[in-house]
Amino acid sequence: MADECAHAMTPWIGARFGNPSGSHAIARAARAAIEDARDIVAECLGARPGEVVFTGGGTEALNLAIAGARHRKFALPDGEGAGSIGAGSLGAVIMTSAIEHDAVQNAAAAQTVFGETHTTIPVDANGVVDLGRLAELLQANRNIRSVAVMAVNNEIGTIQPIGPIADLIRNLAPYAVLVCDSVQGAVWLDVVEHCSGADLLAISAHKFGGPQGVGALIVRPNVALTAQQFGGGQEQERRSGTQNVAGIVGMAAALQATTHNRAATGLRVASLRDRLVDGLLGAIEGAIETSPRSVKVAANAHICVPGVESESLLVLLDDGGICASAGSACASGAIHTSPVLQAMGVPQNLAEGALRLSLGASTTEADIDLALKIVPEAVARLRN
Amino acid sequence: MSSVAPRVLVALSGGVDSSVAAALLIEQGYRVEAATLKLWGGDGDSGCCSVADVDDARRVAQQLGIRHHVFNFGADFDTHVVDPYVAAHAEGITPNPCVECNRHVKFDRLLVRARQLGFDLIATGHHVRRVEVAPGKWSLSRAVDAAKDQSYVVHMLTADVVASCLFPVGEMEKSEVRARATALGMRTADKPDSQDVCFIAKSQGGRVTFLGSRIPLHKATAVDTDGRELGTVDAVELITLGQRKGLGVAVGERRYVVDVDVAGRRVVVGGPDDLLANDVSLGLMTWVHGAPVEGASVFAQCSAHGEPIPATAHQEGTLVRFVEPARRVAPGQSVVLFDGDLVLGGGIARRV
Repeated sequence: MADECAHAMTPWIGARFGNPSGSHAIARAARAAIEDARDIVAECLGARPGEVVFTGGGTEALNLAIAGARHRKFALPDGEGAGSIGAGSLGAVIMTSAIEHDAVQNAAAAQTVFGETHTTIPVDANGVVDLGRLAELLQANRNIRSVAVMAVNNEIGTIQPIGPIADLIRNLAPYAVLVCDSVQGAVWLDVVEHCSGADLLAISAHKFGGPQGVGALIVRPNVALTAQQFGGGQEQERRSGTQNVAGIVGMAAALQATTHNRAATGLRVASLRDRLVDGLLGAIEGAIETSPRSVKVAANAHICVPGVESESLLVLLDDGGICASAGSACASGAIHTSPVLQAMGVPQNLAEGALRLSLGASTTEADIDLALKIVPEAVARLRN
Repeated sequence: MSSVAPRVLVALSGGVDSSVAAALLIEQGYRVEAATLKLWGGDGDSGCCSVADVDDARRVAQQLGIRHHVFNFGADFDTHVVDPYVAAHAEGITPNPCVECNRHVKFDRLLVRARQLGFDLIATGHHVRRVEVAPGKWSLSRAVDAAKDQSYVVHMLTADVVASCLFPVGEMEKSEVRARATALGMRTADKPDSQDVCFIAKSQGGRVTFLGSRIPLHKATAVDTDGRELGTVDAVELITLGQRKGLGVAVGERRYVVDVDVAGRRVVVGGPDDLLANDVSLGLMTWVHGAPVEGASVFAQCSAHGEPIPATAHQEGTLVRFVEPARRVAPGQSVVLFDGDLVLGGGIARRV
């Protein structure tokens, strides 16, 4: 956790601990802290404070978006007042890109029990949403309720063209909402600019140095949102339940610091990443870079190593002090072939040897040196 | 133990036996890590592979303070266990999937992986004993707890594999295993024993549903040994030689399936005497140390919980003659030969 975050949280789990829904002095202070945090989060994400709904993490935010955003209210082209073409639940279509996180994929799949259809938007070989295919799908389907495309993919780091996607939706399915998972995006992208076309925007605090179990959903005013959990009516009746004051304060502090440092951090991390990936590609015969760096964020290093199983590689890297991932683990912790790589059409022998090394603001040159020593050694040992 | 203790990878299923096995190995001074195998992605009632079982295994590893891995061998399990199980039934053969899982996954894939990662040995919670019959020469023997003995399902291990395996709970009574787990405060202490085929959910229609969704099931005519029609059975693919129940044929006295002809859609039903045979022919032999000599006296165990039957072994063990006529062995079942408590090896019953 970032220092500024832990520091900001401390009073709210100590001397100033109070229920923000109460009316006494301590409660009012807690409530004010939440509203200060709301202002900060709104500013960092290019939203108005009233658009910010605090949640218990990114997954909850995305579930609220997928299940709860019924339709988008839009102005009719001839200016005859506001249209509100409701996509009714029964028979409505939810489209998600093929590389969405399980929080989106499984939330969308869960809507099928209510008679809705879940359709997948293909990606190209680089792992970027295919705009041509999206346009075809938008034209071919009626009654589209939601389209979900992430800002940045969590496994391979590819940046998705949220602006052009939003434009297509406005033209071809104006009542559909665009849900943007920017859990990764908020760390490495200027989401104010990149995601301005999204109707709903989800973030998760622990991805940018904040605490676990806290997130937020930005809900634009033109979205008709149905709450998914009910109770005391907190968060303007969009998400009932007593807020996690310290967590929310910590998230705001971490997001503010991340946003402030983003440009400088990005440049530094990109050069570390480039040295890492170039070094690995040079040292490991047959290794390929999964997506071109031109479509990726700075922090992501993702390669595929033929002739090696990710599962074995990760154990040896862990032995060597390197925490890596294959990109995709199920609830049991077992690694399976990544659906993201399958969607990109990466051949099985390469996908089996997927290796993701994520860099962060705290990554050092020494970390890269270590990885450049340990990873090729581990691969050589497994290939032997 | 020497200054640098051997590294052991224990297969931790989330059940009580493997949990205690891991604890015993730590006590014995080994450097222990645990691996839970994710084998089956479909429905199943228990046994293993559910998220809850992996969580149990992980928790046991945490309590023991050892590193825990999850290895996804699902593709190997499909290829070597589930797919052949389904294909065999389509031909009226009844395989033992636990035997195939041990043969191809637990003691092959896992052992290869363990060696790759620098482990000296693997261990499991099987109730079987490893005994040193001569210096450096390891054999398999029946477990201390005869009622829980699992030597039948691990009979295919060859001497070099046995030399790389540890079976700590084979030296204990099951009640002792549970007592140890309780004493260690393990969540798994009172978990029920796994049984049946782990990838088939009894609660969801069992074998009928599982096989019925994968291969066509055919009705067949049930006849007696003289060829007289007795009735119809629903799915000839699910009928096993020696089966008594579930034939839907009421004939008063005790009747057994004495022949199954899948292609001809015919099931022959007869009395206990019609089920007897003098011998059984085996294929796909494996031996711990080599085939028994011609005419060697052995005990043959013809099913997972079958009694050992006195017999003699012939033709490199591929022909097993029973001393007294014995119940015929369903094709596909493993027949395991013992010299007293020692496992000699075994093979798979051929179709007559």
